[in-house]
Amino acid sequence: MQTIDASGMLYRDLNELIRDSVSRGVKEIRLINVNGHRYIGDGLAKEASIIIEGTPGNDLAAFMEGARIEVHGNAQDGTANTMNGGTIVIHGDARDALGYSMRGGEVYVRGDVGYRVGIHMKGYQDMNPAIVVGGKAGDFFAEYMAGGIMIVLGLGLAPDEDIVGNYCGTGMHGGIIYLRGEVAPEQLGKEVKVVSLTEEDTCVLDGYLDNYCQYFKVKREEIDKKPFCKLLPYNKRPYGNMYAGW
Amino acid sequence: MSLKSYVTPSFLIERNKERCIKCKVCVQQCANEVHRYDEEDDEIISEEHQCVNCQRCVTLCPTGALTIRKNPNELRQNSNWTAEAVRAIYIQAETGGILLTGMGNDRPYPVYWDNILLNASQVTNPSIDPLREPMELKTHLGRKPDSLSIKEGKLQKKLPPQLELELPIMFSAMSFGSISLNAIKSLAEAAKQEGTYFNTGEGGLHRDLYQYGENTIVQVASGRFGVHADYLQAGAAIEIKIGQGAKPGIGGHLPGEKVEREVSETRMIPEGTDAISPAPHHDIYSIEDLRQLIYSLKEATNYEKPVSVKIAAVHNVAAIASGIARAGADIIAIDGYRGGTGAAPLRIRDNVGIPIEFALAAVDTRLRQEAIRNQVSLVVGGSIRNSADIVKAIALGADAVYIASSALLALGCHMCQKCYTGKCNWGIATQDPQLAKRLNPELGAQRARNLLRAWKHEIQEMLGGMGINAIESLRGNRLMLRGIGLTEKELQILGIKNAGE
Ligand code: SF4
Ligand code: SF4
Repeated sequence: MQTIDASGMLYRDLNELIRDSVSRGVKEIRLINVNGHRYIGDGLAKEASIIIEGTPGNDLAAFMEGARIEVHGNAQDGTANTMNGGTIVIHGDARDALGYSMRGGEVYVRGDVGYRVGIHMKGYQDMNPAIVVGGKAGDFFAEYMAGGIMIVLGLGLAPDEDIVGNYCGTGMHGGIIYLRGEVAPEQLGKEVKVVSLTEEDTCVLDGYLDNYCQYFKVKREEIDKKPFCKLLPYNKRPYGNMYAGW
Repeated sequence: MSLKSYVTPSFLIERNKERCIKCKVCVQQCANEVHRYDEEDDEIISEEHQCVNCQRCVTLCPTGALTIRKNPNELRQNSNWTAEAVRAIYIQAETGGILLTGMGNDRPYPVYWDNILLNASQVTNPSIDPLREPMELKTHLGRKPDSLSIKEGKLQKKLPPQLELELPIMFSAMSFGSISLNAIKSLAEAAKQEGTYFNTGEGGLHRDLYQYGENTIVQVASGRFGVHADYLQAGAAIEIKIGQGAKPGIGGHLPGEKVEREVSETRMIPEGTDAISPAPHHDIYSIEDLRQLIYSLKEATNYEKPVSVKIAAVHNVAAIASGIARAGADIIAIDGYRGGTGAAPLRIRDNVGIPIEFALAAVDTRLRQEAIRNQVSLVVGGSIRNSADIVKAIALGADAVYIASSALLALGCHMCQKCYTGKCNWGIATQDPQLAKRLNPELGAQRARNLLRAWKHEIQEMLGGMGINAIESLRGNRLMLRGIGLTEKELQILGIKNAGE
């Protein structure tokens, strides 16, 4: 394992060091004193594990293909932007547009996430991306969602706190959202409906929940105390019949 | 109860019975199923309602028996309620739909290229004959440093990455999905042979096209279709698509019907699903955010590729371009309001945006005033119809131009504007394998190459006539331009003098 002290370093230099190490075959890199450094792990298409201590900056793991990143701290905006594969584990909160257009891999966030999380997430063949959020999510959760899986656990919410913000699933036309607990109809986009879980859903959920519990040392019983609801789009082609040929 | 349609056919088909040999070529060729052979009567019948006047049947009829005409049937004359205005209302009353069209704005707005004249040398400086004397059209696109330091004949600092073009013309973004793979292959091959670039649009890069990587600009649009690490690495440059001239401010929408297997694999979305590109990139709500995506892409590709940002020409284009340059883009591509499209809402196409001539002049002027013109290259499109448009664009300040409609015309497009139907009879704007086969990529490449070569020679002729032997000396050289039939204000925006001045 290689340790890089990021204090006082510009993001560009830090990322160059990381790219260098990974291309030399270093499999595990520990970054300490990370403080807002952007673009860590961008486009990383090799197997490697990066452990971040501190707060990475925006666009963490954008366009990433297969590495594993663990953040001991919070993550900012744009994490997993257009990510294609790999795993990100965040031991804190993550902010806006997490997993924008993500097509593969998994993101686990112990705490809360910001606005527009999972926007335009999509799946393709055996690529089925997933985002698991331990706490709550902001407005426009899963907007334009076209594929993949989004799970919100709502752990530690106050009794009057909502698990997601408004406009959840607006424009959604594919994929599945699982929310632990209930969601008020007025918080949903008009393209989504609430349905109950099937056995298959329970199986799918099991895998992700076990991972969450393992990564963040949470007891599974804690999660199992409340049932999940499932959100699906009404229509795979919400904008199919809007046009007339001129 | 279904509504009776009040829409009358736009075109009339005349079949010269003496010439027609009933070979049924027209029946086979029309994907709109206009022509039908009636066995009982041994007659070919044409259902004109579906005809889009793409001229396919006319061109292929071996005896020249067919003529397509604008339907001479006219509504009562009315300068306000024109036939088109009425027709639009009938269609919308019958369908409740947003009117959809293809190709660029066809309204009779002024084409400013046609109000600009070029200069030539007479007596005081000699013109140059490009056939016998060297004439340099080579163009480099990318950020140029503020200064160079050279020691012992060597550059002391590496130049930022540049695209090298043998001629200042590139093929503009057209996605696989909006056009056929054969059309893209034609353009990719032509770009390779002539030393320039084609652009993937937002449709990803089909596996057969990776071999053209060195001549490819890969686009990253709001839907991020087909974007992954290999794709980013494959191209010579990356273009962030913010907007396009035919539909500024709105997203794209490739209907599921066009997402067949190959398109689905390339875009990496399930077959038959709609490919929806949101109107904005949801990671870009400001110039600062744009900078973030630019640098995200640079980081992901190790600062080895220039990053272009494509925008539609809109009212505030100069200020926006300044922001884009400061955000770190290496190239700004500006698409004028006549830019083509595979599909756009009619009202947006025809009413939003500004002419590329004004946008270009305004941007070039602004970047010069701010002393940042060297930081970005300017590429303009929408619409460049011939080599003279290109010479004028370069003299107004462009580094290169993007062509798309012209390129498709070279491949056989007949400008019927029905690209959105997916039934392009010329094998271009279609994913129907039978139709796509009509375009042979080798012949397509030849036609596109011929066009580039013809324009190259014409540009050289015009440069030679001005006594200029390198395109570099024409860039932003507005003294080579004069306006005709323009107002004072128009001349001022274009930054050119009137003819005779
Ligand atoms: S649509 Fe084209 S091919 Fe069909 S009848 Fe009209 S001109 Fe001929
Ligand atoms: S590409 Fe095809 S459908 Fe589009 S205008 Fe040209 S001929 Fe018509």
